[in-house]
Amino acid sequence: MAATAGSEQLIATPTLSRVLGRALATGAEFAEVFAEDRRGSVISLDDGRIEDLSSGRDRGAGIRVVSGRTTGFAHTADLSEAGLLAAAEAASAAARAGGGGAKEVGLSPSGRPKPSPVEVLPASVPKSTKVDMLRRADAAARSTGGAVRQVTAAYRESRRRILVANSEGVLAGDDQVRARFSVSVVANGDAGMQTGMESGGATMGFEFFDGYDVEEASRAAARRALLKLEARPAPSGSMPVVIKCGSGGVLFHEACGHGLEADHIAKAVSVFAGRVGEQVASPLVTLVDDGTMSHEWGALAVDDEGHATSRNVLIQDGVLTDYMWDWLRARQDGRQAPANGRRESYQHLPMVRMTNTFLLNGTEDPDEIVRQTPHGIYVAQLGGGQVNTATGDFVFGMTEAYLIEDGRITHPVRDANLIGNGPQVLKDIDVIGNDFAMGWPGTCGKQGQGVPVGMGQPTLRVRALTIGGTAR
Amino acid sequence: MSELLELAQRVAGWARQGEDVEVYVTRGTETEVRVYEGDVESVSSATSAGAGIRVVSAGRQGFAYAGALDEAALGETLEEARDNAGFATAEEWVGLPVPDGVSAVALDLWRDELASFPAAAKVAAALDLERRVRAGDHRVRVVEQATWGDVAAEMALASSLGVVASDRSTACYVSAVAVAGEGDASQTAYGYSVGRGPADLDLDKAARDAVQRAVRLLGARQAPSAYLPVVFEPRVSAQLVGLLGSVLSGEMVLKGISLFADRLGEPVGSPLVSLVDDPTNPAAWGASTFDDEGLACRRNTLIEAGVLRAFLYDSTSARRAGTASTASAARAGFKSAPGVGARALVLAPGRSTPEQVLAQLGDGLLVQSVTGLHSGVNPVSGDFSVGAEGVMFRGGEVAEPVREVTIASSIQRMLQGVAAVGNDIEWLPSSAAGLTLAISEMSMSGA
Repeated sequence: MAATAGSEQLIATPTLSRVLGRALATGAEFAEVFAEDRRGSVISLDDGRIEDLSSGRDRGAGIRVVSGRTTGFAHTADLSEAGLLAAAEAASAAARAGGGGAKEVGLSPSGRPKPSPVEVLPASVPKSTKVDMLRRADAAARSTGGAVRQVTAAYRESRRRILVANSEGVLAGDDQVRARFSVSVVANGDAGMQTGMESGGATMGFEFFDGYDVEEASRAAARRALLKLEARPAPSGSMPVVIKCGSGGVLFHEACGHGLEADHIAKAVSVFAGRVGEQVASPLVTLVDDGTMSHEWGALAVDDEGHATSRNVLIQDGVLTDYMWDWLRARQDGRQAPANGRRESYQHLPMVRMTNTFLLNGTEDPDEIVRQTPHGIYVAQLGGGQVNTATGDFVFGMTEAYLIEDGRITHPVRDANLIGNGPQVLKDIDVIGNDFAMGWPGTCGKQGQGVPVGMGQPTLRVRALTIGGTAR
Repeated sequence: MSELLELAQRVAGWARQGEDVEVYVTRGTETEVRVYEGDVESVSSATSAGAGIRVVSAGRQGFAYAGALDEAALGETLEEARDNAGFATAEEWVGLPVPDGVSAVALDLWRDELASFPAAAKVAAALDLERRVRAGDHRVRVVEQATWGDVAAEMALASSLGVVASDRSTACYVSAVAVAGEGDASQTAYGYSVGRGPADLDLDKAARDAVQRAVRLLGARQAPSAYLPVVFEPRVSAQLVGLLGSVLSGEMVLKGISLFADRLGEPVGSPLVSLVDDPTNPAAWGASTFDDEGLACRRNTLIEAGVLRAFLYDSTSARRAGTASTASAARAGFKSAPGVGARALVLAPGRSTPEQVLAQLGDGLLVQSVTGLHSGVNPVSGDFSVGAEGVMFRGGEVAEPVREVTIASSIQRMLQGVAAVGNDIEWLPSSAAGLTLAISEMSMSGA
């Protein structure tokens, strides 16, 4: 969709020009209007019942004014010209701009290639179809075994239309449609209850479900919970860890992704600051952030500052090649083409964020990686993670994992966090498989803002990670 | 009557015969100031408002929200909630609360001084905090961010069944993240101070917290794996106690996935564990006159000397369980329908100072921060495993700093293993208060 598609534009171009002009009237050097219209629905099935159907709409605009080193920001739910002008004045006053006169802002619309075309808008599909889908998921999970005690399944859809205009002439929009299914199963056994989860989603319309079997996903979640009824306590201490393809992109997201965000770099609160050109990882590692990756969870035509997303190689053959940038940090560093400025909503200031972050394929047969591991842990599914970018220490949870004994995957182990240090773990990756896959849709949280992100990797082995279990 | 409440009542009055309608509206203003290296990095100010509408008809519930308060938007939202209800499963227990006769405790959670506090003073406070952190120790390299934040929020709720509630509160905070360094190594820690108005804020304490915590971690190393006593500082124990709010939800009992189902009246923790959820305590960050279904908040005793006494319920789960709501309905803002949640959990404080707790335990790990609570704590199985930073203590004295370790156990064993509770109760910006909390043994994984 070109941003100028007439009636579809959230705010008319002449209004945008006048609002930007007002924002600059006190002498600021940059102003931006970010408008958003978001609709979303959630249907959840719990305890065999359709318990919750929620839907809603939220729209408004955030206005950013930059004067010197200070950013002023105000947002409003009132998209009328009067509402926008008031917000522009508030943002401008917040930026404490000095004198200066009114400015003319010329806007040049840019048609961006849309990475994720939509065939069927989810909102156009009857609610009954979605409810039926959840009922089928529930039945499938419950049919997996008598020990299944509880099933929670949810369907989520969202449509987010954005429009960004700034005083550098940028005028761009995007129409982001996402659909997602998730299921959580609780099984009950002699040693207490266990949980199993599964999730799938894409930046696309309801046609996502043509290629995604919610019943199979629910059975997989149930099998995970049932299998864990036999799980042993996870080990405690350092050992080799093999991470299954498509399950552990969160490893890179935490081990180095956040540490490569230019805001952390600018403030020197990243262990990767000042290290471009250095060998920061095993030569096997090539890491990419790519917002153009069609239909992936973190796919965007333009970022939330109106700049076209791109494919950025962060680490090439173990050498740090670049960081990720937003407009503010790129400007400070005299760089062009920021592509990673994102925000949760019009009520938030943008900052540097990941899009789809993934490790490229290696050459090893994944089965061989396990066979060549005499003793360790095989992680089939990771949960979330968290990192301190200043120290590089990060944790991530394993929600389906097994012991590796004599090169074979054996007993399941209970949930635990793993802990490691980013720069060390990147060097300790000693073999990478040839079975690349993207993982579950993710939500990345940073300074209280959540944005959708994609993650992926082939099967790989880390020579040593600390497993936070309890086994004696 | 406030204009917001009038609006809620007017929309609730649009209920048709045979349906019940509940309208929850919020409006707030907030400011955030961030400073960095003596410059103002950003100033954000905004007003926002929204409404969430529940419709129940014939035992089916539907919900819809709008980020606007004009009547046209609210009309559409009501229509959408009505439509959503048509697809829900009908159950006899589904329904809105009726007034339960419990009168609200008068709480004064609003400070006019905050509304009239000038923007320049907020900027000055953030800059002042940054200066204090920098001056706190020569090893502080940079202050990653120093922040002032404030919010003034109003809510109103009305239903066609006669529930009427309105409330307002203010809050403000300052926080700073200190980065301390020595050689190649950096350590970070944050400090903050929170209150209802500017007079409650203690910049010195916020600065001292950030500086001392960052500096004492310098030189931290991964410790060898061990089973050992673990002592949590208040801000960490507040996070752990907060987890108990979901574990003790009556909804989890009804759905057969509670760790503590069928345990009412039985010991689930050490005799040192007494837990209440008391939003009527004005000192609590989560203090509130009404719950998010408009019932008067009340004090609920959940665990008494280790014995499980009660679960938390909202009106729907209470009706299903054949009991009364504990006025524990909570929402994550106007965009979500209410569910069960705690607001102001607090463990009964003990008599010991933090130093006495360490002395009592002798040797162990004092934890100053944890990571991965969302990925390493399973409220259904009870498995608990988180990353931790802190300092070892020996003979009751603080010793070397530790990083890159995990500590693990289970929620059940940790409750049984509570060996001491400090007297240093601290209300934090969360649904729980913190205090020094000692667990007799956990598994620490490290080198």
